[in-house]
Amino acid sequence: MTTDTSTKSPEAAAVPPSGAASDKRVQTGHKRLLTRRDRLTLGLMAGLPTILHVALVWVTALASIALAFTTWDGIGFDAIKWVGLENFKQLFNDNPQFWPAVQHNVIWFVVLILIPTPLGLFLAVQLDKKIRFSRVYQTAFFLPVVLSMAVIGFVWQLVYNPDTGLINSLIGANEPGKYIDWIGDPDLNLWAILIAASWRHAGYMMILYLAGLKGVDPALREASALDGAGEWQTFKNVIFPTLRPTNTIVLVVTIIEALRAFDLVFVFNKGAEGTELLSILVTNNIIGESSRIGYGSAIAVVLLVISLVVIIPYLVATFRKERRA
Amino acid sequence: MSTSVMTKVRPPVRPARILLHVFLAGAALAWLAPLLWAIYAALRPYGETSEKGYVSLPDTLNLDNFINAFTQSDMSHYFVNTLLIAVPAVLLTLFLSSMVAFYVSRFDFRVNLFLLLVFTAGNLLPQQVIITPLYRLYLLVDLPGITMSGKLYDSALGLVLIHVAFQSGFCAFVLSNYMKMLPHELTEAALVDGASVWRLYWQITLPLCKPAMAALATLLSIWIYNDFFWALVLISTGENMPITSALNNLSGQYFTDPNLIAAGALITTVPVLIVYFLLQRQFVGGLTLGANKG
Repeated sequence: MTTDTSTKSPEAAAVPPSGAASDKRVQTGHKRLLTRRDRLTLGLMAGLPTILHVALVWVTALASIALAFTTWDGIGFDAIKWVGLENFKQLFNDNPQFWPAVQHNVIWFVVLILIPTPLGLFLAVQLDKKIRFSRVYQTAFFLPVVLSMAVIGFVWQLVYNPDTGLINSLIGANEPGKYIDWIGDPDLNLWAILIAASWRHAGYMMILYLAGLKGVDPALREASALDGAGEWQTFKNVIFPTLRPTNTIVLVVTIIEALRAFDLVFVFNKGAEGTELLSILVTNNIIGESSRIGYGSAIAVVLLVISLVVIIPYLVATFRKERRA
Repeated sequence: MSTSVMTKVRPPVRPARILLHVFLAGAALAWLAPLLWAIYAALRPYGETSEKGYVSLPDTLNLDNFINAFTQSDMSHYFVNTLLIAVPAVLLTLFLSSMVAFYVSRFDFRVNLFLLLVFTAGNLLPQQVIITPLYRLYLLVDLPGITMSGKLYDSALGLVLIHVAFQSGFCAFVLSNYMKMLPHELTEAALVDGASVWRLYWQITLPLCKPAMAALATLLSIWIYNDFFWALVLISTGENMPITSALNNLSGQYFTDPNLIAAGALITTVPVLIVYFLLQRQFVGGLTLGANKG
């Protein structure tokens, strides 16, 4: 990975400290010259942000991995005890919430990719047709994306509330005996929340696809129309294939969103039965009453492993393409 | 130009177009329905809705719920908390990430790809992956006299730091892509003329990055304003919470009726909506700036 860049980057090794020598270098080659002070400045410019980022994000992520194999009460470092795979064994075998949580995270992803994502693409294609009021429509569909997930949770509670909510009021299910408990019923609540999540996700996807469609060469469309292709055929055979880079991003964003899902569920019902998620289990382990650091970390490691399976191939592909460009 | 020519030039209004408009208008309205419903509930007094039901025509519509929600729970205090966290966090994120971007895009040191990879990957991790050790770390770091709590935990400083660390990944990625598009001769020439690296960054590169910085600033402001999770875990005193996370406590403590909760929730959306409507182009631009590059 570094062989290519090193040939173009001789500064680190080749810049001599004295001014005279470096002057000569400029004349002989195209190499940039940096004084010692410049190199110090550069070191600080790259170093300080990196230290902050690595310390708070990567060191803690590694600490999660290390702590997952221990038990610790959080008081004093000598209380940390190595327990091997014990936390994971307990998690996989004895935790009644773990497998439902994994399942719900998977459902979250499947629903997002199957319903709001195609819907966002559909809306983007329609809005890309140079129609009037396109901006107005875009603003409406995109509005939920700028709201916080917490607010979205509150707004949708007004829709789902069994007593006072919009749905039950409309269908007459807000009387005792006929209650439909959208938030409490473990068979219903995940789907109710997913509707709220999809509400936001579709707008997000629409914007990503709109940007992708802007990059499609209009000549392609014209050529296809001249060939007598219909709207659907043009989309299927010409437009959609050129959206490949956008599709990759959409896929990655959707997976990450499904793994990060937290706020909405927490506001709704704190991840009670029916809506457990991995992120909720980790958090409950911290702010809940019985804080088990090693155990909580083990759940985080599961989340980390799933994330990296997605993140690493995506980034490797992205950066490889960038280097070629 | 005669009217007959005009009608020929303008494409005929096709039924399909009208159908499309009907569909889009209907869908847009349906999209806004939950928000409109919340606004409707917030405008009505609790007494009336509990008597007549929520699906009913209003007798009174007023702003009482909004006023009560704002004053009863001292919302202005939480808005100030948010401001004290978001403003330094946005500025610091842009400052630090632009330096990293400058470094990796202008000086092809060996580490640049690796560095960018570290930053970008870090930004994609779910927050919960790092929260357990981070929470412990924040409890362990003693800062007597610097923060109110004497620790990183339960302090605005702690929140600013994690926002900066987390968000700088995305910003560094976007800005470095932006800077790579600037002509290399620009900095090359200045360097030969004896300009210092700092000048290259501060006086030559940064001013050219204004569009990207503006887009990112808009995006970051909304993201940090909307953050719920970091404050929920890393702040213990309700008083120190920023507005979005405080909403969760307020809805339990102060607000007893749904109309008041609706009003409170809607009040918290006002700042983001203002930013969104004023700077929509920037926001959308920022969002797709990062995405388009992949």
